[in-house]
Amino acid sequence: MNVINFLLSAISLGTTFIYGSTGEILTEKAGHLNLGIPGVMCVGGASGCVALSLMYKTGMPPVLILMIAVLATFLGGALMGLIYSFLTVTLHANQNVTGLAMTTFGVGLMKYMMSGLKPIRYLYAVDYFRFPFADMKNSLQYCGVMMLLGFAIAIATSIVLSRTRLGLHLRAVGENPATADAVGINVTAYKYGATCIGSGIAGIGGIFYMLTYSGSQEAYLSVEALGWLAIALVIFTLWKPYLTIFGASLFGTLFVAGSFIPSLGITLDMSATPLLKMLPYIVTVVVLVVTSIRNRGTNQPPASLGTNYFREER
Amino acid sequence: MNKEIALMMQGITKYFGSVAANKNVDLTVYKGEILAILGENGCGKTTLMNMIAGIYYPDEGKIFVDGEEANIRSPKDAFVYRIGMIHQHFKLVDVFSASENIVLGVDDGKKYSIKDVNNRVLEISERYGFHIDPKKKIHEMSVSEKQTVEIIKVLYRGADILILDEPTAVLTPQETARLFDILRRMRDDGKSILIITHKLHEVLSLSDRVAILRKGEHVATVNTAETNESELTEMMVGKKVQLNIQRSMPQNPRVRLSVSDMNAVNEEGVKVLDSISFDAYSGEILGIAGIAGSGQRELLEAIAGLQHLESGKILYQNPKNGEEVNLRDKTPLQIRDLGVRLSFVPEDRLGMGLVGNMNITDNMMLRSYRRGHSMFVDRARPKKLAEDIIHSLAVVTPGLNTPVRRLSGGNVQKVLVGREISTSPTVLMAAYPVRGLDINSSYTIYNLLNKQKENGTAVIFVGEDLDVLLELCDRIMVICAGKITGVVEGRRTTKEELGVLMTRANAAPYENRPAYPLTDDVPQCVESVAEPPVKDFPDAMNRVLMRIKKRGEPQ
Repeated sequence: MNVINFLLSAISLGTTFIYGSTGEILTEKAGHLNLGIPGVMCVGGASGCVALSLMYKTGMPPVLILMIAVLATFLGGALMGLIYSFLTVTLHANQNVTGLAMTTFGVGLMKYMMSGLKPIRYLYAVDYFRFPFADMKNSLQYCGVMMLLGFAIAIATSIVLSRTRLGLHLRAVGENPATADAVGINVTAYKYGATCIGSGIAGIGGIFYMLTYSGSQEAYLSVEALGWLAIALVIFTLWKPYLTIFGASLFGTLFVAGSFIPSLGITLDMSATPLLKMLPYIVTVVVLVVTSIRNRGTNQPPASLGTNYFREER
Repeated sequence: MNKEIALMMQGITKYFGSVAANKNVDLTVYKGEILAILGENGCGKTTLMNMIAGIYYPDEGKIFVDGEEANIRSPKDAFVYRIGMIHQHFKLVDVFSASENIVLGVDDGKKYSIKDVNNRVLEISERYGFHIDPKKKIHEMSVSEKQTVEIIKVLYRGADILILDEPTAVLTPQETARLFDILRRMRDDGKSILIITHKLHEVLSLSDRVAILRKGEHVATVNTAETNESELTEMMVGKKVQLNIQRSMPQNPRVRLSVSDMNAVNEEGVKVLDSISFDAYSGEILGIAGIAGSGQRELLEAIAGLQHLESGKILYQNPKNGEEVNLRDKTPLQIRDLGVRLSFVPEDRLGMGLVGNMNITDNMMLRSYRRGHSMFVDRARPKKLAEDIIHSLAVVTPGLNTPVRRLSGGNVQKVLVGREISTSPTVLMAAYPVRGLDINSSYTIYNLLNKQKENGTAVIFVGEDLDVLLELCDRIMVICAGKITGVVEGRRTTKEELGVLMTRANAAPYENRPAYPLTDDVPQCVESVAEPPVKDFPDAMNRVLMRIKKRGEPQ
């Protein structure tokens, strides 16, 4: 029972990464490396909390509250994506610098927004987020609608990318924008669209962690760290959204291993717990090195990733 | 002949900044004809075609398609008017399959199914005689296959007017012949074909009519059957240009570089150089012919010390002290310290030859920054050299301080070649030094190479235009897929022979020694067939050559 509990907990934490990574993959498929994902997740989560606060004790049906909150989260993330797109696509700013700035900005903005909110005014919604397992006392409580939504988004994104005309065009924009432009694809629109929708999806990861997984008033302080892992996971999954489900579960497992091992009866030194919590970061470093050495040829990042497209430069 | 008009351009004018790329161009294209667009580099051919294809929008003038005024603002608009362009640099996504590239950007309202696309591609291939596997990925394809994908891409969209920008530049003679057959079949099918080319014999063999552009203006459109090579050249350049490249007999040729059994593999473990053995003689131009990517780059880089070799020897005979040195696995710096001078004009001008963001003087210093013992670099001499090159090679630049990336391709090439030659090399290797240059600039380069040859330099010239190789080189070495498939005498061989060698899979025995008398065989009396200097060769050019010759100082 203990093991199942542990695995459920791991997978549900991983769902945070599923949102973040799927959003980032979508952006990267358009050729933009959005290092602002941690900031996007922060702002997305904070926007959701603000929306929930506004709906506190309005007597609206829970389904509606949940939907509005998720929508607000999505819009908060998408707004960050819009700023990033405007800077990099329209103004041709350097993507790495802009992304890092977006993270710094997003984390700061979130802290400002959250400091003005009373935890009681948004934590009431935890039960809605965990629907229909809100009454459970074990980790099953995390596996509610929001987790399933995450899985669905990852799979749907994969299908869109590989099976539809829209996906073909988007991949072409990320691989070779000049080619896409020459055949009449609106490169700018695709870049804006993919970045904004991707950021919106990543933003939902923020609120998922704050309300579904954690459900505590300190949760928002850890979102940034998870955002960085979400970016690392993109490389780990070789830019395939459906693989984020497995990759994210693995990352989640490593993340919660620190608190699970003592429950097996193995007594750990006080200093060992922080060391265990480092595991996902160490694995990330190893994975980054291995994947970049191993994958030559097919599983490469989008060819124009990180470079801005100027139409005049032909 | 009452042919229907497919497309008509009236008074087309396009400016880039203050420079007119096209001035008041009128052009008519009929249905079911092949119209060649002929002109020197930078005469506005590609710009004009890009305006039909929707890449640029004309500043003035009108375009009519099927008698109606067409407002073509984007490539997508062009497709609405059933116009498609096959660009010189292929616009394909490498990781996509042929079909995925072909269907890219097409929205016919039907459900997207790659199977249907595959079938349709095969249908088109059958109709016009292409050979293609719709599922093959672009990065696994040869250049000619990629071009096929580009053409089918345009046909898939139902284009009736096809524009091809220098389609034969990357093809072997056999592939070119096959392409021309396909184009003729399309013409007979009622399509209008516009083909941009430099190659006069192709114009004459393929087209129905020729439109000649000069300096952005439309000079004339003539029926191909009623014209000839010299008339076209005259219209194209405005004055008669000597078609013959100077070629003197090599003087006192001696082995300068002796390469034996050179092997190299690339990152993927594919053999890029396979048992390469040849000799390069002083005072001769050794041409290297081959389809792009056959190992030319690796070969030159191996000699320059930039490519790791699995095995083999590169013996260099130092003309100063008669010593023999093995250059293999030496770094470029060691090679220089040994007194061996290799001047290398890489294929990729801006990538390896010059730094785009640096100005001309600074680029000169890339070769000389190690000079002197002061902690500050010597800027005076590079500056003088830069001025000399600008003046004598007629480099068009706003000034010495302009970053080289802002110069046009031909001028960049002049700067690079000028710098390499100024070091008075004993072996000069040049890869595609005239790529993208107009006729006059090309001749300037040929003459520079010939001067080097007369000075006793062993010149290795990697070229793509077979006509030039045939006229310029004393011997031509043909490589195919990293193997030498033949070494032939430039004065005796034919284009067909070269074309066959370029596509031959297996190496065959070849003669490694030139047929003309070597110093060892005939000590003094070398037959001299030097022709008188070309009149058009600019005086300034002769002056710089004298200066370079005089300088001749070691670095």
